[in-house]
Amino acid sequence: MRDVAVIGVGMTQFGELWGKSIKDIFVEAALKAIKSAGVDHIDSMYVGSMSSGLFVGQEHLGAVLVDYLGQNPIPATRVESACASGGAAFRAAYFEVASGASEIVLAGGVEKMTDGADVTDALATAADQEYEVYQGVTFPGLYAMIANAHMHQYKTTREQLAAIAVKNHANGANNPNAQFRNLVTLEQVMSSTLVADPLRLLDCSPVSDGGAAVILCSMDIAKKFTDTIVKVKGTAQASDTIALHSRKSLTTLNSVVSAAQKVYKMADVTPKDINFAEVHDCFTIAEAVVYEDLGFCEKGCGGPAAEEGRTAIEGKTPINTSGGLKSKGHPVGASGIAQIIELYEQLTGQAGKRQVKNAHIGLAQNMGGTGASCVINILEAV
Amino acid sequence: MITPRYHREIPQRYRLEAGKCQKCGEVSFPPRLVCPNCKSQEFETVRLNDEGKLLTYTIIRVASDKFFGTTPFAVGIVELNDGVKLTTQIADVDFDQLKIGQKVKLVFRKIQDEGKSGLHCYGYKAVLV
Amino acid sequence: MVGIVGYGSYLPRYRIKVEDIAKQWGADPEAIKRGLMLYEKTVPGQDEDTITISVEAARYALQRARINPQEIGAVYIGSESHPYAVKPSATVLIDAVGIGPDVHVASFEFACKAGTEAMYVAYSLVKAGEMKYAMGIGADTSQGAPGDALEYSASAGGAAFIMGNENVVAEILFTHSYTSDTPDFWRREHEFYPRHAGRFTGEPAYFKHIVNAGKALLEKSKMKPSDFKHAVFHMPNGKFPQMAGRQLGFTKEQLEAGWIIPWMGNTYSGSSPTGLTAILDVANPGDLIFMVSFGSGAGSDGFIFKVTDKIKDVQDKAVKLRDMLDNNKIYLDYGQYAKYRGKIILNV
Repeated sequence: MRDVAVIGVGMTQFGELWGKSIKDIFVEAALKAIKSAGVDHIDSMYVGSMSSGLFVGQEHLGAVLVDYLGQNPIPATRVESACASGGAAFRAAYFEVASGASEIVLAGGVEKMTDGADVTDALATAADQEYEVYQGVTFPGLYAMIANAHMHQYKTTREQLAAIAVKNHANGANNPNAQFRNLVTLEQVMSSTLVADPLRLLDCSPVSDGGAAVILCSMDIAKKFTDTIVKVKGTAQASDTIALHSRKSLTTLNSVVSAAQKVYKMADVTPKDINFAEVHDCFTIAEAVVYEDLGFCEKGCGGPAAEEGRTAIEGKTPINTSGGLKSKGHPVGASGIAQIIELYEQLTGQAGKRQVKNAHIGLAQNMGGTGASCVINILEAV
Repeated sequence: MITPRYHREIPQRYRLEAGKCQKCGEVSFPPRLVCPNCKSQEFETVRLNDEGKLLTYTIIRVASDKFFGTTPFAVGIVELNDGVKLTTQIADVDFDQLKIGQKVKLVFRKIQDEGKSGLHCYGYKAVLV
Repeated sequence: MVGIVGYGSYLPRYRIKVEDIAKQWGADPEAIKRGLMLYEKTVPGQDEDTITISVEAARYALQRARINPQEIGAVYIGSESHPYAVKPSATVLIDAVGIGPDVHVASFEFACKAGTEAMYVAYSLVKAGEMKYAMGIGADTSQGAPGDALEYSASAGGAAFIMGNENVVAEILFTHSYTSDTPDFWRREHEFYPRHAGRFTGEPAYFKHIVNAGKALLEKSKMKPSDFKHAVFHMPNGKFPQMAGRQLGFTKEQLEAGWIIPWMGNTYSGSSPTGLTAILDVANPGDLIFMVSFGSGAGSDGFIFKVTDKIKDVQDKAVKLRDMLDNNKIYLDYGQYAKYRGKIILNV
């Protein structure tokens, strides 16, 4: 397989975009990416969306969006892997370019969550419908059960989880595309409304509309279009049981562990080589667990790492410099692509106030459900 | 209409019927066609023990529309005495009494209603013992 | 010998006190407690109904009977609060406890005596030699209209009885039923709450049917009230069964073991059946038990049981009625009760 580059990115504002449809949102992000890359056409596109069927009653999303993007008759496919749909779309685009089948491919993600659907119910379709959701369990509920088990096993504290939200809001405050650009205090997080004990409102990523897109092409021709190029150094995906209860451990996400092993091998790096990472903080506890399972610290140190500032922008391994899902927003299918965009901006020195010093290698970890699927991509500055 | 789906799961939800792998003895709940442990495809039907312990739990304060009017309610992951784990609501519980490791047993309860005129849907819930 | 080979009862853990209901309607709780001889009542959880109560009672009955559920040839559930107007409650129950599918089931309704009807038919089928075992259940999550006198008493619970002719723990010696068209209480199709005829529910309804059924039973059996260790009558409130017992010649002591109404309320089809399980929980071999139910509309079913020496083997095999009645209570206030009983209009 040949080397693949990311040569352009584009995203919409994340938030409650009352005036914009799913088509408007995707097209805006895609046009920005195409313009940013300086390409005059694309050969193919993949779009990640978790549940356009439930959120807006629209399936066949690849066809809808390629039509409205004005790119017929190129192939367009919607990729679904719950909240990891964006990451999975990126991987699909990567392989299409790496294999030599196409030269220029767009990988996008979009979700329109505020059009009146029962969002809790729609998101819960990422869990086992018959044996988890039937009982009334919600996604905050599933992650709350991980949190309780983690607190029990590793003495993780409520304050440590709150520190993750505080940090991510501080980062998001400097991200012009973020849904929430306000700072929050530890006290605000810990006194916010309980959603699923011990998780509170400010532990949870929000309901968001948003779209994101990136352009990939072969490294050989990348320079023809632009000087701001980032190399895809590694990509991996792994799976775990759909039901949280089926796992041997409730505090380790095996799909993350497994995908991390594979991606580190492909990129020929170790966790120590990663300068910064975007991780799937759909809930504060998720960031703590993923941080551990990526090998950035021992099991149980995810909470203390945030509390002690090791994951802040100035810390040893900055995590979620974009604000993460927590502050930037979580339009589900778009999140995996938005992570790639943050990596691109950091690695090309365009992250402004969020810029990590000496950002050379970045990692994006995107997962579906309670980690039943996980996609990890490693990008490198060129 | 959820009738066919509901009907299909009755042996599991009413009677805790699981599949025991004939080769390695792994018990799958619900039953599967392929053993997740040894990939064998031969199973016998067994009924699970209805007692176990709580591995973790939460209290759902915000539920999907289907469960509106029943919040707050507790859910947990229970490990039954034969080692099988499942997710279940915890009924009749004072939330302050919940703790990891607590002994529970499964009882028969109504889990949800299919609207005002649809099916009553039953199954297992845990209660503290 | 044909009779009960296993029995089980079930009560929800939730309770509401007479005070909390009285407060809602500006009534005097002391007067109500005195008048009805009732202090609190059971309330079903939001996830409990006649079917779930029947399943739990049936599981306990099976634990005591220790028989193969597949040998049960019929299951009848008597209730005035079957969750479905059309779909028999026992169809769910048989699949939950592993009975059938070679089994006959039906839902019975006869106001508060549907449970003893179920018991009577189950017993008769075994006695007729049609099947080895049959199960009769009385269970209810009864509704009293808000503000009505019935709201203080209408409660939830049930009992299940497996009839058979091997390892009988209480032999059925005699039965008698007494029925007439007496419109003291009814619920029309599509109506949520029952209506009743006030004081007409007493003398011409409850007392006439219980006393006549009771007298006929004593005549049939050539027994006298003093022959019985225990007696139980339908318990719509605390006063009526004591008065009916007195009219028939039974003492307060004979009613004591099955006297669960003050803390349980009226479980309608489950009322005298749960009272019977409270008696069986403490009965000794040789004890004679006199039981007469009452269902509005109106009718009474009477039974005479003789406890066998097998009773001691089964009493401890499942939870006892008084353990459920006296322990693990969760009290609701009226607002929670209204939510639990579906009395609040929700935007769903």
